[in-house]
Amino acid sequence: MATDDIYILGINMTKFGKHPDKDTVDLASAAALAALTDAGVTMKDMGVLAAGCLMGGGFIAQQIQKQIGQTGIPAYNVSNACATGATALRTAIMAIKAGECDMGLAVGVEKLAGAGLLGGGGKSKADGHTWSPSGRFGAVAPTDGRIGTDTMPGTFAQVGMEYGHKYGGVSFELFARISEKNHAHSTLNPLAAYTKRMTLEEIMGDLMIAYPNTRAMCSANCDGGAAAVVVSGSKLRTLSKEQQRRAVKVSASVLTTDPYQEACQVLPDVNTLTKIAARKAYEQAGVSPSDLDLVELHDCFATAELVHYDNLMLCEEGGAVDFFNSGATWRDGSTPVNVSGGLESKGHPIAATGIANIWEICHHLRGEAGDRQIEGAKVGLAHVIGLGNACGVHILEKSAL
Amino acid sequence: MPHIPHVDYLVLEPTPHLVANQCTSCKARFFDRRNACANCSNTSFEKVDIATEGIVRSFTIVTFAAPGVPVPFVAAVVDCGGTSVRGNVINCDPTPEAVSLGMKVRLTTYSLGSDDNGVEAIGFGFEPA
Repeated sequence: MATDDIYILGINMTKFGKHPDKDTVDLASAAALAALTDAGVTMKDMGVLAAGCLMGGGFIAQQIQKQIGQTGIPAYNVSNACATGATALRTAIMAIKAGECDMGLAVGVEKLAGAGLLGGGGKSKADGHTWSPSGRFGAVAPTDGRIGTDTMPGTFAQVGMEYGHKYGGVSFELFARISEKNHAHSTLNPLAAYTKRMTLEEIMGDLMIAYPNTRAMCSANCDGGAAAVVVSGSKLRTLSKEQQRRAVKVSASVLTTDPYQEACQVLPDVNTLTKIAARKAYEQAGVSPSDLDLVELHDCFATAELVHYDNLMLCEEGGAVDFFNSGATWRDGSTPVNVSGGLESKGHPIAATGIANIWEICHHLRGEAGDRQIEGAKVGLAHVIGLGNACGVHILEKSAL
Repeated sequence: MPHIPHVDYLVLEPTPHLVANQCTSCKARFFDRRNACANCSNTSFEKVDIATEGIVRSFTIVTFAAPGVPVPFVAAVVDCGGTSVRGNVINCDPTPEAVSLGMKVRLTTYSLGSDDNGVEAIGFGFEPA
């Protein structure tokens, strides 16, 4: 192991779902303590802490410290929409890369069970008594529902439909079949919020939220936490053989935002920044998409999963529909995607997601994924998108030991 | 009855159309109040009229929205002569059978109602052309 490499030494995710008796600090602490135990280290070994809780606001990092160890290390509270967890991880990695410390802890947590529609799309809308212009569009009344939609299911529905306009081949049924795959995968994941296999008929017949996304095709709001301990290659050399054997190499860690494109301020462009992040990550890691044994990508909606096959270069440009139809992304296919069940069934506790997807990859690379183990997995990719936008891509490799 | 447009980039006279803030340097177009250009950081803009006909580049039919937002409605991105515009498809059934990708539409307006001072707000949408 090269001294300037970065490794995941320990990682954990809580069960995703409903935790009515636990608050965000409980869930974050549980994940952090378990990640430290998994790593065989303690808070005293940590040189940096980065943590996020998107909807909770405030000082989640310091709140975690107050429960599990106030050691005086620098703490960064990060917020980057659905990429918050990946941003926390990247922050800890950057501190190590900068030479400020040799070990760090990243935590993401959220309480979202029963939250309903999120973001601007969930706020109650009503007209005032007088039409008076306000805001950046000089609007005299709310625009949501009158000039497009602010809802996430509607926004991402348009992302998938736009791909269809460009390349053809999309349909309600196609998107529903992507969801069918992820719900089928979830049955093997005991930590998923929902583990029920759903038939295509059940998915298409479920409550329509924003055509073509039915409820079953939307990410599941739930509670959950995830945490990772990262370590420098030089420090890892001083640790036990067992720690070295279970350590997972972070071959690439990339964060991007969207460069200006025509229309990107009309409908969020989740494509360009993902393509750039993927290209950079493959370059950093020295691997190609065909080397990937599994991928966890940001299927916040079934319509989003399709476009990311293309954005992550898992298929030829414009070929995402054929790629999915070939069966490639099922767990027995050539490029298994979202074997955890994805955000649609595993659940999407926002700030935890960007670490939980890395936990899933690590689990397989360590050969510890039980019934859902992808046999012989050596390389995996984890991807998240935070609308606004931020994109995190991490490529992980099995220890050489 | 006095009128006011729903948003300031909707111009009602002489015929309803949208206007964009176009960067004088790189020609990028924006509908909101600008501090500078997101593409080239230039700070000067000029008003340009946007074509009132276009094609539906993407759409969704929203059936579940925030409290106070009537559903269903069709939210779309319309390509108006090379400029992408966000808007609803109206005067059309909100069903997958009635709306399609690539469908031709044109700008139209409708009343949002009158406020306590008797001022009528006028909104815009796109209808099948």
